[in-house]
Amino acid sequence: MQAFFQEAVIPHFNFWIYVVIMMIGLWSVIAKNNLIKKLIGLSIFQTAILLLYVSLGVKEGATIPIIDHHAAELSLEGDAAAINPDIIANPVPHVLMLTAIVVGVATLGVALALCQMIYKDFGTLEEDEVLQKIKALHDDV
Amino acid sequence: MFEHLPALVLLAPLFGALVIGLFGLRDHRVCLPVTLSCLAVSLFSAIGLILSVSSGGPVDYFVAGWKEPLGIGIQLRADSINSPLLLVIAIVALLAAVFTVRPAGERDSEKTPYFYVLFLLLCVGLFGITITADAFNVFVLIEVTALSSYGLVAIGSSKRCKVAALHYLIMGTVGASFYLLGVGYLYLKLGSLNMQDIHAILASNESLADSRAIRTAFVFILVGIWTKMAFFPLHGWLPNAYSYSPSGSSAILAPLVTKVSVYVMVRMMVSVFGLDRLEANVEWGHFVVWIAVIAIVAGSTMALAQREIKKMLCCLIIAEVGYMVGGAWLGDPQRWGLTGTVYHILADALMTSCLFLAAGIFAKWLGAVKLEDLSGLFRKMPLAAAGFVVGGLAIIGVPPTCGFYSKFYLIRGAIESGQWAYVVALLASSLVNAVLFFRIFEIAYFGKKPAESHGHGDDHGNDHESEPVVRREPPLHALIPLLVAAALLVLLGLFNGPVVEFIRTGLIETATVVSTGR
Repeated sequence: MQAFFQEAVIPHFNFWIYVVIMMIGLWSVIAKNNLIKKLIGLSIFQTAILLLYVSLGVKEGATIPIIDHHAAELSLEGDAAAINPDIIANPVPHVLMLTAIVVGVATLGVALALCQMIYKDFGTLEEDEVLQKIKALHDDV
Repeated sequence: MFEHLPALVLLAPLFGALVIGLFGLRDHRVCLPVTLSCLAVSLFSAIGLILSVSSGGPVDYFVAGWKEPLGIGIQLRADSINSPLLLVIAIVALLAAVFTVRPAGERDSEKTPYFYVLFLLLCVGLFGITITADAFNVFVLIEVTALSSYGLVAIGSSKRCKVAALHYLIMGTVGASFYLLGVGYLYLKLGSLNMQDIHAILASNESLADSRAIRTAFVFILVGIWTKMAFFPLHGWLPNAYSYSPSGSSAILAPLVTKVSVYVMVRMMVSVFGLDRLEANVEWGHFVVWIAVIAIVAGSTMALAQREIKKMLCCLIIAEVGYMVGGAWLGDPQRWGLTGTVYHILADALMTSCLFLAAGIFAKWLGAVKLEDLSGLFRKMPLAAAGFVVGGLAIIGVPPTCGFYSKFYLIRGAIESGQWAYVVALLASSLVNAVLFFRIFEIAYFGKKPAESHGHGDDHGNDHESEPVVRREPPLHALIPLLVAAALLVLLGLFNGPVVEFIRTGLIETATVVSTGR
């Protein structure tokens, strides 16, 4: 057990954590009856993936990815050796996640607006009640 | 000008959406001309792209001139797999846009400008998914598409469409998240997001390509995309979302969104992971083809059970997605299955467009939602009925419509790879389609006796049995898109030879030539 922890869990603990958080989110999307709780689960689910990406960019002992002016000039001329990539954290995953965060916020916004409309129409946010009322609609038609 | 065509396809609808957002809210008359002209620009750019691809091979475009090795480039790439799809997207979008024209006398809705903004953003997303050459951008554009389609589903006035949209949103977001996760694994192992780069690295390093992380990435990407395309066990969101959305929305959502997701899967297989890799793992292919067989059977069976026109068509979409996924994974050496899949993407987009336009016409001008409501259709609106019949024949697979040829290529691939279950499922599903549509044709031709007509709430059912039937075609703006779609089905069928040759050479080239990106 201890060997397992030392080989598989501790060096990759970011993966374990993201999987656990993601499954918490997925569970709440599947199992919760309240629509808002489902959306919270969805947000947790998305955030777990953001965490995974952000942890990819981390390097031990690395600094922020801001390159001083002189080095940047050199690199644009093709002299990549002027920058030592080992001391700079990888900025690309962070940039990607900025986009993904925006997407997530937009999705959540649309979802909350839909919940608001559902609440206005049906007077409840519990999924089973909503579905029952929809069935009642069906019989009327 | 011409070297900017790949960007122009995308940017025209994007700017159109901005213009409508700025001016359309004040004056609703701006919306439609802007929408139509933007889509026309996209249409001509797509035609231009096809011409330049067929004369000079794949077209690469680097947005703002940033080449990939700097790490932040956004590459667009049109080749012979995606350029026909761009054209079909533009055509279907244009048809759906013409269908939404409001007659002068009709009351204008508050929602009009919002509808057109979402409509154009959906087109941006669809064009973008099709043309981009970057795995992460596919995610962003999938979400652009998805967010606008949630809006388009929920924009209707019925209470049900909001719940359908929320379910669609939850499933769609989970699917897109899985895709993002898969791309994350790829980036983790390969340090690149550009599809050509990934392909080159994987092709040059076999042990890496066979590693567990890359396989996991592939599985995550597939599961995500399958959710988006409503592949059988993940199809739950589709029937409600498409059948309760307003006709104008479903005329563009139903034909395009699932088809473009199928295209993403083909793209991932052909030019990211590589067909060699898939052929080395034949058992994966067998597994997926079996799920596809189940999907086809399940879709057809569910379609038989439906009483509403749109619901039935939605179930047919699920079966058609089964055709395409199965066809892509047949793995026959001559690539007929894959070619058939790409051809079927085009054919099915047009077929579904034709049928949903017809369903929209029947719902709006006949008040027909259920199958029985269509009685006497051929006398009431013969031209619209003719368009519907062509769409139905195409989905059954009657020559010379394109549905016949796509099934022909799919079955050819299946026979060459020995996937007999898929052949049987495809033929059985065609038979079910025949039953479905001839049942509708029968109702539409001969009608039903008044006693049988179910006393369905609104005043249509019994009216026409007693009164002499008046011929009243739908207005031209609705009729023309339907007839154009029907004509295109026949044209695409008649000219299947060159189209298939164009796609097949492109597929074989993309699969074999691995350009070294860096």
